Amino acid sequence: MTGDPTRIAVFSGKGGTGKTTLVASLVRLAGRVVAVDCDVDAANLALLVPGEDGPPTPFVAGEKARIDPDACLGCGECADACSFGAVVPDAGVYRVRQVFCEGCRACGLACPTGAIRYEPDTAGTWRVRRTPEGWLVHARLGIAQDNSGKLVSEVRKAADRIAAEEGIGLVLIDGPPGVGCPVHAAIGGVDLALVVAEPTPAGHHDMERMLELARHFDIPAAVLINKHDLSPPGTRRIEETCARLGVPVLGRIPFDPAVPGRMAQGRTPLGGGGEVERSIREIHAALAERAAR
Amino acid sequence: MRIAFASGKGGTGKTMMATSVARVAGPGAAYVDADVEEPNGHLFLHPTVERETRFAVDLPEPVPDRCDGCRLCQQHCAFHAILVAGTRVLVFPELCHSCDVCVDVCPRDALAVGKMETGTVRLGDADGIFVVEGRLDVGQARATPLIGHVTRAAPPDADPVLIDCPPGTSCAAVSSVEGADLVVLVTEPTPFGLHDLELAAEMCRELGKPVAAVINRADLGDEAVRNWLAERGIPLLAEIPFDRGIAETYAAGGVVADRSVAVRRAAEAVLAHARRELS
Repeated sequence: MTGDPTRIAVFSGKGGTGKTTLVASLVRLAGRVVAVDCDVDAANLALLVPGEDGPPTPFVAGEKARIDPDACLGCGECADACSFGAVVPDAGVYRVRQVFCEGCRACGLACPTGAIRYEPDTAGTWRVRRTPEGWLVHARLGIAQDNSGKLVSEVRKAADRIAAEEGIGLVLIDGPPGVGCPVHAAIGGVDLALVVAEPTPAGHHDMERMLELARHFDIPAAVLINKHDLSPPGTRRIEETCARLGVPVLGRIPFDPAVPGRMAQGRTPLGGGGEVERSIREIHAALAERAAR
Repeated sequence: MRIAFASGKGGTGKTMMATSVARVAGPGAAYVDADVEEPNGHLFLHPTVERETRFAVDLPEPVPDRCDGCRLCQQHCAFHAILVAGTRVLVFPELCHSCDVCVDVCPRDALAVGKMETGTVRLGDADGIFVVEGRLDVGQARATPLIGHVTRAAPPDADPVLIDCPPGTSCAAVSSVEGADLVVLVTEPTPFGLHDLELAAEMCRELGKPVAAVINRADLGDEAVRNWLAERGIPLLAEIPFDRGIAETYAAGGVVADRSVAVRRAAEAVLAHARRELS
């Protein structure tokens, strides 16, 4: 193996299946690892991975339009030109609802008086946290931002850089939910997409969409089933789907009502003993074996 | 009356709540699945699909033999979605935001407004409840236009309209709550739940939307979410305890509000609050 780290990304399609709790546990077990939270608009991994944060780096992406009300004639050409419904009339002139502006500059082209300026938009921040044995890169996307994919790419680049500089062989990615833009940015170039499914109709349905996306990008995938004992028939159906698609099931984690209580204290399921911890350790061992191959 | 169900964090029970409120409201209500990346409402409501249409966004389409290589389109594209090589225009669909600026600036009409299909819209019925579902094609990146479309697709006389939003606080979540009169934040009493609840509440404040909250799996976790809601004066409409049977209920094809008293009461409380506040 030369320089390039193994990159494992954890997804689910459906939110709330246990991605972050699992990644936080794997981070502890892996030790020297660069973890990166790619769920940039609801980033939670830092709540379970302790350490000391470096300074925030602003993430500037694109521009937002602003209309000078003194130069605006109120003609409305800008509102007609806007494809995003971002320009609205306001007290005889026009105003840009910042949340909806995508910075395409159509309004500026349409404005007869040059009343519209464009300003760089700070869409979020990201930081590097020094953890007991490794690093965590985490970000915060500003509210209502449309640049989540770009911010994901940014934090992934930072994680790869740290891995190269520090000679770390594993990058663990906590992926966003869904199958859209930030997921595309999180899955590109990874060695394994680990999909956390839960044995509900929604969990199954969304796992299938996520596996389809992994196929679309030609990324090897594996599944693990969380809270498998909440529905043995649901678990069986997931295993049948995985068998049909040729996707390995790497492990099964049982439901344990004590896990949320531990999280409330900022603790992962590790150290709690019991079946949840045992199954996570098995999954970690299976991943380590895959990475070694 | 339009009620959106949002959360920040995924998997807190938005779909269960939105479909249950639809069920409690009964015939004449509309349920809109705006979580187009992972539309799951149909798994709860089992609608009969009556109409299915494809959804498309604008995508510039080069007109043959018109380009003279001036590159104005490339210079004006804020998203680097256009590259002009000689007199050939290359469009990168995954980068395009459908703003049509390139079409407008081309002096030779070498670009026309074309279309790219990105998803499917299904209209259906579940015991008198009008059901709208948006479904983004797997492999498509941009959910927002389809979300905007489905949130406007319920019949004008449907009441209430219940919008099931995607998780998060980015553009997708914003477009799903934009047309709502009230946003119900469905959360869970864990640090993740609280962290993302704060972000979702901030998003609603920025959009000027009134909010209320429902706590799901209310007996698993701690008091921080309740305390935070009380501090902020956000009405807590209902608490639903964890129930192993809920997952099984809908696995077996049932609407949760029909089988779980706690969920039904929560749905009734949401509806009563909305009627009181919005009438």
